[in-house]
Amino acid sequence: MDNLLFCFFAALTLGFALAMVFNKNTVNAVLCLLLSLLGVAGVFALLDALLLSVLLVFVYAGAVVALFLFIVMLLNLQDLPKKPYKKISLFAGMIAAALLGLGVWSFVTRGQFSAAPVAKVFHDGLKDYGAMLFTTYLLPVEVVGFLLLVAMLGVIVLSKKLVGREESK
Amino acid sequence: MNVGLNEYLILSALLFAIGFLGVLVRKNTLVIYMCLELMLNAANLALVAFSAFNHNLDGQVFVFFIITVAAAEVSVGLALIVAVYRKRQVTHVEDLATLKL
Repeated sequence: MDNLLFCFFAALTLGFALAMVFNKNTVNAVLCLLLSLLGVAGVFALLDALLLSVLLVFVYAGAVVALFLFIVMLLNLQDLPKKPYKKISLFAGMIAAALLGLGVWSFVTRGQFSAAPVAKVFHDGLKDYGAMLFTTYLLPVEVVGFLLLVAMLGVIVLSKKLVGREESK
Repeated sequence: MNVGLNEYLILSALLFAIGFLGVLVRKNTLVIYMCLELMLNAANLALVAFSAFNHNLDGQVFVFFIITVAAAEVSVGLALIVAVYRKRQVTHVEDLATLKL
């Protein structure tokens, strides 16, 4: 059963990731990203990381993908003229893609752990998780909260119309 | 075939490769940005797999921080893209070459 679910979620993730990369329509690409992330959340759930799986759906599907969709529709990128690749960048891209394929291939064929541990049940996983967040990792939690505040202020500054500066030109 | 750590790591590597391929072949800034998110999630997947198979929750806590930072990063990055678009009306990376010598 686990194997079947893993295959299903892996196929969902990889298939929609590929669909996202090769989709011409940007709105469809965003929706493919959403489905791919749902696949990742499913794999998280298979690994008993239920909190992270729910968090991924909330943060990515709820916030990030919605934001992407909003921006795509706002900028209205539907009919961009298709430009051909420059020769030099095509060459570089092909070399990079070949190196990437080689890397994945060598990882699949040789990078295996021979004796990987098997059992994976967390007793009181969520309780331990919360305890760790508020004892061992208390300082990073505070820093991340501060980072979110800074990001919020940065977005406000970036997206504000700077009236005085526009007029001075 | 029983699904073990290796399969999860291969899935993570493939996802990362697809994201990287997207960064290479696409020229739309927004799509490149989405591919970056995909690569972040591939790293998350590897961390959660290692954490689950080693009976250690530290990796999962780390993923929590990655998700939070990714949310902040997306908001700032999209604001930057919108700001550039408002100034120049472009989203193709090849049109944004003012810094090139």
